Amino acid sequence: MKKFIQLNGLVAPMDQSNVDTDQIIPKQFLKSIKRSGFGPNLFDAWRYLDEGEPGMDNSSRPLNPDFVLNKPEFKGVSIMLARQNFGCGSSREHAPWALEDFGFQALIAPSYADIFYNNCFKNGILPVILSEEIVDRLFQEQKASEGYSLDINLETQLVTTPSGEQFSFEVDDFRKHCLLNGLDDIGITLQDETVIHSYEQQRKKEKAWLFADLKA
Amino acid sequence: MADTLYDKLWQDHLVSERDDGSALIYIDRHIIHEVTSPQAFEGLRMAGRKPWRISANIATPDHNVPTTERSAGVDAIVDPVSRLQVQTLDENCDEFGILEFKMNDQRQGIVHVISPEQGATLPGMTIVCGDSHTSTHGAFAALAQGIGTSEVEHVLATQCLIQRKMKNMLIRIDGELQIGVGAKDVVLAIIGKIGTAGGTGFAMEFAGSAIRGLSMEGRMTICNMAIEAGARTGLVAVDDTTIDYVKGRPFAPTGELWEQAEQNWRQLVTDEGAHFDEIVEIPAESIAPQVSWGVSPEMVLPIDAELPDPAMQTDPVVTEGYKRAMEYMDFKPGMKITDIKVDRVFIGSCTNSRIEDLRAAATLIKGKQVSNSVKQALVVPGSGLVKQQAEKEGLDQIFVDAGFEWRNPGCSMCLAMNADKLGDGEHSASTSNRNFEGRQGHGGRTHLVGPEMAAAAAIEGHFVDVRTWY
Repeated sequence: MKKFIQLNGLVAPMDQSNVDTDQIIPKQFLKSIKRSGFGPNLFDAWRYLDEGEPGMDNSSRPLNPDFVLNKPEFKGVSIMLARQNFGCGSSREHAPWALEDFGFQALIAPSYADIFYNNCFKNGILPVILSEEIVDRLFQEQKASEGYSLDINLETQLVTTPSGEQFSFEVDDFRKHCLLNGLDDIGITLQDETVIHSYEQQRKKEKAWLFADLKA
Repeated sequence: MADTLYDKLWQDHLVSERDDGSALIYIDRHIIHEVTSPQAFEGLRMAGRKPWRISANIATPDHNVPTTERSAGVDAIVDPVSRLQVQTLDENCDEFGILEFKMNDQRQGIVHVISPEQGATLPGMTIVCGDSHTSTHGAFAALAQGIGTSEVEHVLATQCLIQRKMKNMLIRIDGELQIGVGAKDVVLAIIGKIGTAGGTGFAMEFAGSAIRGLSMEGRMTICNMAIEAGARTGLVAVDDTTIDYVKGRPFAPTGELWEQAEQNWRQLVTDEGAHFDEIVEIPAESIAPQVSWGVSPEMVLPIDAELPDPAMQTDPVVTEGYKRAMEYMDFKPGMKITDIKVDRVFIGSCTNSRIEDLRAAATLIKGKQVSNSVKQALVVPGSGLVKQQAEKEGLDQIFVDAGFEWRNPGCSMCLAMNADKLGDGEHSASTSNRNFEGRQGHGGRTHLVGPEMAAAAAIEGHFVDVRTWY
């Protein structure tokens, strides 16, 4: 996994609550058996004026000029500013894959759906949580200044605005550790292999019915 | 100490706790389907890892499979990308020796229908699947959660998940439901009250006499949509209804092991006086048949209501959301729910495709005809065994005589990954779980309802108060 330590990036506003993972990456693109290549179909139904299908040449499709990510000033964007309950709905990890593939490395919102939030950390994306008031202020600042950028530092857990104002955010220690070091958590869990084995043996003794061999 | 059901399940599966508060949780059952697993198997292979415990896994293809005639098998799936995904699941399961009910196996169906049906879902288990509606299995007092693909790989490789303990929420529905009001209406009413983020960070236990009075099918419908209220996991305590449902299922324990298991399962209830961080109460009598009108499951109203005015909302974020929804759905404030016309009707999905759902719908439409204004009415049973049972009871004939199409099992129009979808601008009466923009087809407009309400809308061509039909 890619590391995340610190980022100074251009901010794009996604000014609506409850943005669901069906919007982030519509279902027709979930048929891929790969982890990459979802970026061109991020927010497909909002981003293009036609109906997207896998295998299309996305560069020749008609763009929706009103959609935020199609505006030239957001070229090279890496931070998304969002509203409450971002990423609700389906557990599809294709949503963070698409965000990452497009170029997003961090998100800022007052809240996220649980599964999506968890999926972000597995893909090197930092989902920052700030209070509704602060997020609201960032939306206003962003609106007022073209090229609005923020600095996000995971080590110090601080978001710094262009005027130097700082907001601290919380993040789970384990997730922070994995993200700072780009660690694969399967490897970490397997360091506890013997603990898992002994738990499993004990469980088998006490609750044998859970270990029935599923046979066709 | 008095524990909640969730506290007990958490404690029982705790492998180890770290100083930072995260924990390793053991996973008893892992259910696999074709959409969220290929990248996980590929990851395993690339790292040279093997599944930790093969017999913890059970698989079936459901999201992509055609629901029309499909006896020619997987190679005959028309959409090449769908075909490859189903083939990839078959290959992965064959390679690793994982039990899979393949597309034309009688036991194939929607993951959340087949696992309980086979007794692969048991009380007291931890159950995961790369699908958010895994919360369904909480109806059995199992700690069941949807996970992403990285976690699918993690569970395959380690039989564990890294988690933090959630908070406890109690939803109590006491009293008696009105005639014509079912489990789907109850859960939609809950989501309408607490919102789609109301349960975020919580394990949500459903209790009260109205929940106790529901069948396992009804409880599964409720737990299925816990995720639509933001909760990864929904729970219902064990009682006789649970035990009776599990007994005799193909993978359920038998003999002495059954006795041991039952004794253990009977303890899977919240202790008197246990602490909940939040409690929500809704009197059962107050719940009317529900219809969602917007693009989020929380945009839901009783059948006798009128559409809200976005301008009258106090929260500007809500006003904006309602405005967008009205525009997408092509509605005006003040319109009556009963004036909403439907173009297509879908009875199916992991929320409402079990035998009881089909019986409820069939009873209501027997001898009636689907309205001429309805372009298509689909019934998609949740599994091959549900289909077989329904056919034994003659339900298929009732549906076909009324003008419904009787299909093969799969996820179908719930998320339209196969050929079953809404056209641009069409409205559906759908027994599924999500009314997000484009969920059932590009530009499609979904209305979430229970099976009785969907059946009645098919007959009348618009939503009607099904309570008047009894």
